[in-house]
Amino acid sequence: MDLYEHQARELFEEHGIVVPRAEVTDSPLQAREIARRLGGRVVVKAQVKTGGRGKAGGVRMAADPTAAELTARQILGMDIKGHTVGTVMLAQPVDVEQEFYVSYVLDRAAGRFLAIASAEGGMEIEEVAARRPEAVARVHIDPAQGVTSARASEIAEAAGLPPQTVDVLVRLWEVLVREDAVLVEVNPLVRTAQGRIVALDGKVTLDDNARFRQARWGADESVRDDPLETAAAAKGLNYVRLDGEVGVIGNGAGLVMSTLDVVAGCGARPANFLDIGGGASAQVMADGLSVILSDPAVKSVLVNVFGGITACDAVAEGIVRALDTVRLTRPLVVRLDGNNAARGRAILDERAHPLVHQATTMDGAALRAAELATAA
Amino acid sequence: MAIHLTKDSKVLVQGMTGGEGMKHTRRMLAAGTNVVGGVNPRKAGRVVDFDDRAVPVFGSVREGREATGADVSVVFVPPAFAKAAVLEAADAGIDLAVVITEGIPVHDSVAFTAYARRTGMRVIGPNCPGLITPGQSNAGIIPADITKPGPIGLVSKSGTLTYQLMYELRDIGFSTCVGIGGDPVTGTSHIDCLTAFEADPDTELIVMIGEIGGDAEERAAAFVRDHVTKPVVGYIAGFTAPEGRTMGHAGAIVSGSTGTARAKKEALEAAGVAVGSTPTETARLALAALGRDT
Repeated sequence: MDLYEHQARELFEEHGIVVPRAEVTDSPLQAREIARRLGGRVVVKAQVKTGGRGKAGGVRMAADPTAAELTARQILGMDIKGHTVGTVMLAQPVDVEQEFYVSYVLDRAAGRFLAIASAEGGMEIEEVAARRPEAVARVHIDPAQGVTSARASEIAEAAGLPPQTVDVLVRLWEVLVREDAVLVEVNPLVRTAQGRIVALDGKVTLDDNARFRQARWGADESVRDDPLETAAAAKGLNYVRLDGEVGVIGNGAGLVMSTLDVVAGCGARPANFLDIGGGASAQVMADGLSVILSDPAVKSVLVNVFGGITACDAVAEGIVRALDTVRLTRPLVVRLDGNNAARGRAILDERAHPLVHQATTMDGAALRAAELATAA
Repeated sequence: MAIHLTKDSKVLVQGMTGGEGMKHTRRMLAAGTNVVGGVNPRKAGRVVDFDDRAVPVFGSVREGREATGADVSVVFVPPAFAKAAVLEAADAGIDLAVVITEGIPVHDSVAFTAYARRTGMRVIGPNCPGLITPGQSNAGIIPADITKPGPIGLVSKSGTLTYQLMYELRDIGFSTCVGIGGDPVTGTSHIDCLTAFEADPDTELIVMIGEIGGDAEERAAAFVRDHVTKPVVGYIAGFTAPEGRTMGHAGAIVSGSTGTARAKKEALEAAGVAVGSTPTETARLALAALGRDT
């Protein structure tokens, strides 16, 4: 889960990293009050979990509290790359003398975290890396050692950062480890005219797997703008809405992704990703079907299950029981293979629902679902 | 011969007495796996009956290893305790830990894979279905009755796609099938398995299944080009999947690739790997490469 900038700022502050004074609000009137408290002149920053805020007009200076109110009113509700701005952060401006870039990020290939640092901050780090790769230092961190002062000094030296940044590098590592983050990035980290090192903007991505020991941030509400995704999440379904016409239900993320591809290969477009995992119970099947069928764009539904641990007769029972609670309004193509497939197919044959079709192969099932969707 | 797991492997199950552990230990035994013990400090000294096999429970991995000579451990313990379990296996001198557990925090995976590398223990997983050498041994949750022994080596990130390909090629059979897991950090990579299959006399052809994210497939493609002489057939899932969680600017730099299915397919094809557009077509390519396309 990505954190908002103001949440990242709060974490940095808690771990002793200097950040600008700032407050968050969803109200223009409060923005005026906050600006007054912060000394009048402020930066108003849209809080959205996407890049390119500045270019979209989501980061603006306001000279006084009246201007802060007006600016907040303009920015709140803005759409930035599909994200609606719900809150703004108002921050005290900082006299920037020099900008740097520092981050810790997971290097999947090495199975370790990597420190990335550059004395050329403030801009897109990919651009710096592409133009002048020698200006970007990359240092792997041994998980058993972490970032000690000595290691931080090596990073700073490799990137050409001033010695005062060493302390920030150590504290930023503490943020990464204590908060179970998979990315912490400060861009820019600045040296002010007064010689202080300040984290001006930050990004933190937390590890969703660590939620059991990091309860603080709760669920991520920002990514579910779609009502069907919200409904699916409430039922504990692993569902992602797409913009096609063939609904897809399958078991296992890899097989479901593959099913989407095969549907696309048949000339139709998948309407969703839905992985029911090993739990192909009647309840999960009914919940999944009802979410998919409430998408008006869906013209047919494809159930693709390979019974490994899951038994296909249990899946078939689930479908039959789901048909009692969900009114099937569009054709359902079912492909069952693997563990107890013959018994599963017999159960569906016996139910003989006029809208339920069976197919014996994955490719055949996808083709049938695609044909039914285009014929509808 | 197979890779990493044979009929001689002596298998401990950490977390055997839990629900998943019990269910899959029973299945592993039925598949012929030599399960020599379970580990649970609170149930040490007990014996668990699985149909006709009595399996002792040990208080620690070390105790289990000393009593049985176990060299493999399959880990079913919950995410919060998985790191400690893997470190314990490494300290006890286990050669291979197969970590089935899903949902382990990545900082824990980074820590135990680094520790295992230092102590010389191979880790497969986490968040994986394990590995099977059909007809010999099954360490994990892969269904044993899909297929039989044969000349194909399979390596995959995904569980159900592994089963699908095993099913498609069930009449030919497999030397070993390894599910390396789809987590960002895993103990064993595609390249590790390619290396082992290349050296394995029982493997004639390698099937490699990948999916979007990271650049493991691109690196594997380069490895195939430079180091693999056996035919390799590939499949990549995720051409139409929505863009996953990005890791920000820094992530793009690390991977050096967009991580898209297209980039992976192109990299594999450039290395001479035949890439199927569906699992079924991938199976056909494998048959053709073995000269068995009829």
